[in-house]
Amino acid sequence: MSTSSISSFQAAKKPLISSRTMDLLVHLFFLLVSATGVIILGLILVFLVMEGLPIFDKISVTDFLFGSAWYPTYDPPDYGIFPMIVGSASVVLVSTLIAVPLGVGTAFYLAEIASPRMRGILKPVIELIEGLPTVVIGFVGMVVIAPLLQNVFNLDTGLNVFNAGILLALMAVPTIASIAEDAIYSVPKSMKDGALALGATHWETICGVVFPASITGIATAVVLGIARVIGETMVVLMVAGGAAMIPHSLFDPVRPMPANIAAEMGNAAFRSDHYHALFAIGLVLFVTTFLFNLLASYFANKYRRVGEAI
Amino acid sequence: MNTESTMNMQTSLPQTDKMTVSATTALPQTGDRLSMENETIKIQVNDLKLYYGNDQALKGIDMVIPERKVTAFIGPSGCGKSTLLRCFNRMNDLVDICRITGEVLIGGKNIYDRDVDVAELRRNVGMVFQKPNPFPKTIYENVAYGLRLQGVRSKRVLDEVVEQSLRSAALWDEVKDRLHDNAFGMSGGQQQRLVIARAIAIQPQVLLLDEPASALDPISTLKIEELINDLKDEYTIVIVTHNMQQAARVSDYTAFMYMGELIEFGDTNTLFTNPGRKQTEDYITGRYG
Amino acid sequence: MLGSENRNRRRRNIQKVAFGILWATATLNLLALVGFLLFIAVNGISAINWEFLSEMPRNAMTEGGILPTILGTLYLSLGAILVAFPIGVGTAIYLNEFARDGFWVRMIRQGVVNLAGVPSVVYGLFGLAFFVIIMKLGVSIIAGSLTLAAFILPLVIGSAEEALRAVPRNMRLASLALGATRWQTIYRVVLPPALPSMLTGLILGISRAAGETAPIMFTAAVFSTAKLPTSIFDEVMAMPYHIYVLATSGTNIEETRHLQYGTALLLLLIVVVLNLFAILLRNRLQKRYKSST
Repeated sequence: MSTSSISSFQAAKKPLISSRTMDLLVHLFFLLVSATGVIILGLILVFLVMEGLPIFDKISVTDFLFGSAWYPTYDPPDYGIFPMIVGSASVVLVSTLIAVPLGVGTAFYLAEIASPRMRGILKPVIELIEGLPTVVIGFVGMVVIAPLLQNVFNLDTGLNVFNAGILLALMAVPTIASIAEDAIYSVPKSMKDGALALGATHWETICGVVFPASITGIATAVVLGIARVIGETMVVLMVAGGAAMIPHSLFDPVRPMPANIAAEMGNAAFRSDHYHALFAIGLVLFVTTFLFNLLASYFANKYRRVGEAI
Repeated sequence: MNTESTMNMQTSLPQTDKMTVSATTALPQTGDRLSMENETIKIQVNDLKLYYGNDQALKGIDMVIPERKVTAFIGPSGCGKSTLLRCFNRMNDLVDICRITGEVLIGGKNIYDRDVDVAELRRNVGMVFQKPNPFPKTIYENVAYGLRLQGVRSKRVLDEVVEQSLRSAALWDEVKDRLHDNAFGMSGGQQQRLVIARAIAIQPQVLLLDEPASALDPISTLKIEELINDLKDEYTIVIVTHNMQQAARVSDYTAFMYMGELIEFGDTNTLFTNPGRKQTEDYITGRYG
Repeated sequence: MLGSENRNRRRRNIQKVAFGILWATATLNLLALVGFLLFIAVNGISAINWEFLSEMPRNAMTEGGILPTILGTLYLSLGAILVAFPIGVGTAIYLNEFARDGFWVRMIRQGVVNLAGVPSVVYGLFGLAFFVIIMKLGVSIIAGSLTLAAFILPLVIGSAEEALRAVPRNMRLASLALGATRWQTIYRVVLPPALPSMLTGLILGISRAAGETAPIMFTAAVFSTAKLPTSIFDEVMAMPYHIYVLATSGTNIEETRHLQYGTALLLLLIVVVLNLFAILLRNRLQKRYKSST
């Protein structure tokens, strides 16, 4: 087998970088680029921890999370964020109660009932709602919904839990609807045909077959919708009312965590206790949404496994 | 990228070493029936085993494939014939869980050696797939693609090679007036001849055809078969087919595979008229498949 | 017999009512969007004229135009996409073309998913601590653009991956079988048909960056600047932030209502038109792809 003469000829003609080395370098380059997302996520966590933890030299974690007074500029200051946690929870709860039926209903309508023409209209509509600038949504909440609530229910202020809940629901519906629709749409036709062939109506098939088969996908959608609402800032900043107190009714003003950060960071001196406390709230927010996203991923994986089994 | 390689693409893999193998040593299991004294060996496979994860798809294949002849691989689906074909240009490398042991010598060089440049190998071992896969480019650019990869820019060279390749693929007369139309506008049979033209434009030594006519109508199939017949003067052709009549029509040698093993290899005439193994006979008489 | 007929009628009626409810929930989206757009349009249209678009604010923001906010938003969103698009496409290329499934890939994917879930105000905090302070960029266009770039990165990655996945695998095999390297295959065969679809991600990214407020609050945007920005290290006014400040903390909230509506309408127009364009482009490309195979 005579290969020697040929390979020496090859060596003379060899380019500076062989195509194999070149491909390896390109591979490495894209590997590095692809790390950007993870690096940013890591940096976000690092900075939240770095800038947020110092506040716990001044106040215990328990007092921070469960303290009921937030007076960062008093002397001595109070850094209890419990009212904000409750504020966040209350607007999230209200918006979830509104958004889940609307979002899931929309998803079932789109996946099961809508004519192609209706789908062609509604899908872009939902995407457009998802893309609306949050500051404009908040603005509409201030100039339309607030006066409306104030007049109808005879309130001191229309900027409250209910107002924020409605608007946050508007933002959660597209997330829930589009993800849940994918899950419902991917239920195998054979499964539905089985039920229909037994004489079930379309609606009975939806309830008895499609809904159970897509339940984990719908759960993923709901969890992601909630995660989006927890972190949403502008709407709660503009329409939740801004009072750092524990609400007693649907029409009390609140100050959810994102609103508090956005409202006060501009006034907090660099690396003051106030600044650190706001970063610590950011950390709480980050961890909460992170957990919700992990929960969503868990549901999504479970759903995929069910899909594979079919 | 590699502007130099046009010059040496013919020589980068060792050209045929005139290895006239006496049949008895090359193929112990069928040696007594196979006479290849007059052939030059192009590809030699030694104890080739291939695993997908824990499943063994090829169970120790030994065979030789003669130069400038058509060799057909037949056998029931899942017998490993396509897998074996894809070993010859290392397309199996693209499957994550694939593991290979043994040797495949092409022109005397083991293509699984560490120093083999896979891109260089594939330039010399062309492949045509079951489903026509032209690029979403013009007919001209499809054929010129392989040359452009090697840095050929001269319009004169490209024009010449494109015309010659399309002529060799018996497609020139049909497309010469619309070379700059998108290839997606062609019929399936034309597309398949286009990808053959694309493959031979870079003058490979070996041409691998993976069920090239299975997605085509009978007339297109006939054209492809005629084409194969024309091309074998210049290229070593290996074709995988599930169509036994096709194997009988186009090939000089036929290998019958079953469950990852090479059951019988011989000249096509003998194998079809007088199979040496019971399994082969069962298959060609349609008892399973 | 009769009983079962009654029961069947009842079942049909239940279905009618149920479908009616589902129809109503879906239609509510349409009504909400249309009502929303109409409301802003009706109230904002009178504020929009040439002066509004082309002049600096006057008289403590109560009169004049919003030119600096338009330019600021333009700079910020273009800067963001300029950074996010190449990185996003690069990440998508790695994930879709190079990577073999394994720990690293799963980590990158999970990272991107979680990045998409980070609250916008947290991006603001991150931008403040990292770009503004540690990198010493100050409150500036560049700091805001980088923060927005991080914010839209998951979106750009997602749409670029979708575009790459739409290119059939057998194109790649054909190219590799002709002796192309992976990189040759990507830039000669995969990218050309994928690029138009990636444009949808580009447009959506610009639109998302233009409409966001929280990430730029501490990193780039200020309520008022004396002059137009001249360098990427200048602080800027921006439309979303302008709306927020005028509507919540100005001293003349009522007097500036027309400016608030006008700015909101303009921002909404920009965002909705970009989104619509991206959606139509994507639908068109999907159809074209279907007919060609």
